[in-house]
Amino acid sequence: MSLDRRHFLSLAAASSLMAAAPAGQAAARQPAVATSARIVILGAGAAGLSLASRLSRRLEGAVITIVDPRQNHYYQPGFTLVAAGLKPAEYAVSSTAHWVPRGVDWIAEAAASIDPEARVVETAGGQRIDYDILVLATGLTLDWNAIEGFSLDLVGREGIGALYAGPDYAVKTWAAMDRFTEEGGEAVFLRPATEMKCAGAPVKYAFLTDDRARRKGTRAKINVTYAANNNALFSVPIVHEKVRMLFSEREIGTLNNHVLKAIDPGRRTLTFDTPEGRSELPYSFTNVIPPMRAPGVIRQSGLSWADRWIDEGWAEVDPHTLRHRRYAEVFAVGDVAGVPKGKTAASVKWQVPVVEDHIVAALSDTEATKRYDGYTSCPLITRVGRALLVEFDYNDNLVPSFPGVVAPLEELWVSWLIKEVALKATYNAMLRGRA
Amino acid sequence: MEELTFQTLIAVFEEMFGKGLFWVMAAAAIIITFAYLYVLIRDRAVSWRKFLLAQLSMPVGAVAAVLFVQIMTDSAMRDIGGPIDVILLLAIAVAGAVGMAVLVYTVQSLIRGGKTAVDDTL
Ligand SMILES: Cc1cc2nc3c(=O)[nH]c(=O)nc-3n(C[C@H](O)[C@H](O)[C@H](O)COP(=O)(O)OP(=O)(O)OC[C@H]3O[C@@H](n4cnc5c(N)ncnc54)[C@H](O)[C@@H]3O)c2cc1C
Repeated sequence: MSLDRRHFLSLAAASSLMAAAPAGQAAARQPAVATSARIVILGAGAAGLSLASRLSRRLEGAVITIVDPRQNHYYQPGFTLVAAGLKPAEYAVSSTAHWVPRGVDWIAEAAASIDPEARVVETAGGQRIDYDILVLATGLTLDWNAIEGFSLDLVGREGIGALYAGPDYAVKTWAAMDRFTEEGGEAVFLRPATEMKCAGAPVKYAFLTDDRARRKGTRAKINVTYAANNNALFSVPIVHEKVRMLFSEREIGTLNNHVLKAIDPGRRTLTFDTPEGRSELPYSFTNVIPPMRAPGVIRQSGLSWADRWIDEGWAEVDPHTLRHRRYAEVFAVGDVAGVPKGKTAASVKWQVPVVEDHIVAALSDTEATKRYDGYTSCPLITRVGRALLVEFDYNDNLVPSFPGVVAPLEELWVSWLIKEVALKATYNAMLRGRA
Repeated sequence: MEELTFQTLIAVFEEMFGKGLFWVMAAAAIIITFAYLYVLIRDRAVSWRKFLLAQLSMPVGAVAAVLFVQIMTDSAMRDIGGPIDVILLLAIAVAGAVGMAVLVYTVQSLIRGGKTAVDDTL
């Protein structure tokens, strides 16, 4: 059996790897650069850990500090599978300590303030950390308070799901969805009007709910509606068209320009802002996704864009180098970066080698050559067992990793395998700086 | 797409199964392959009687491999959506069939030993 298993998995992994294979090992083989620079990375998530791993291998003598209060590390792409009843909560949880590379100091506190002029970070516990290079990798904040009437302890009750909130909430969301697909009623899915991580996730969950009901033979008892925040079901026009066709095939209704403002669990209604004013929709099951913003520490430190994403506060970086536009020794990578696309782990995989290249170049007085073009990818699950492997860039161009082999707009089993089997392994290898 | 290296592939496999299990499986595959080569060289010929049983086991290996993969990945035949899926499915079946045949042949040869090899050989 081991042969079969190995063979299959090598195929699956080969495809996934190629689906998101950036610089790989090349960096590790280059000679280490000697430096005594103090590098501070804020956030030990997907981006912070990957970068710490790669830098600790590339640099000799650098003092690398990673700052993050969270003891648990979350593999967030797993939340969708947890909320579909396919994986337990533990699937998405590991410990931060497990991933912090040797030789890197981890300070288990939140960064409370940044002074980019004096080049110093202060932690919530009052530690002052001086830096020569600062990397913002804090991810983003989910603004639950922006939804009137909502609180996290409602999740799992009154038909309320919130799979973005974390692994335990994803489990509760599954319990609510499971119950709903037994009992029937109105499912309403939505997304915030801000930038968001994994913009495909709300759509995936609408498909998954539809699929669960079909498998239980209860599809006739439920209505599924997807309320888009604008006129698109997906930001890339060609993918929007595909999703529109699939929605109509699966009888998933759509509404445009609906932005969630309030929820009333007692009356089971959702209130949306629309161009015509407030509009109420009854629901039996919903997945609340709140507005997303840069963490307060970024917004209060004067590192955000002043004239774009005013209310969201993403870090003001060059879209191709991820270097801060006003402070050359500051970079932002991952969800917190103020770039037009790419709040996914797949983007992190492509961004990290670019930031690494620019940091190493700065420390060794050489020219950096790498550029990030907005690559992002989303295995858009269309039902359990099938997905679209959508990969695109800043220009909304599709950039398939296997043109002519894995068709991006085709519902494929192989794309599902990439999401279910190979993605987590690739993600973990990325955290170790090995993928 | 940028480069895909052998090391990256190994790293992903190690993450998929855990380092220990991955290398145990890799070692098992290598040992079975070597055992197969060993009995071939020892017997100096393919024993067609053993080969017949090995061949008969191939469909079993093919079906088992496909079922195994489908169960592990919450999928089913209805999920096959395009040419690449058919190719992958066939590849899994072929791998299962060949793996099973090699295993059955090797086990028979090791159990029965090389003495009967002469009678078996055509
Ligand atoms: C439901 C869901 C599904 C997803 N599906 C996919 C998918 O299919 N494919 C895909 O590629 N991506 C997916 N993603 C997106 C992906 O998980 C994120 O884009 C990725 O984790 C971003 O990495 P990051 O390092 O920027 O942020 P994170 O991984 O969120 O890490 C940020 C870290 O910063 C820390 N932090 C925050 N504030 C501070 C502070 N003040 N001081 C110190 N530390 C701080 C946090 O504790 C956290 O550990 C999904 C996300 C969700 C929620």
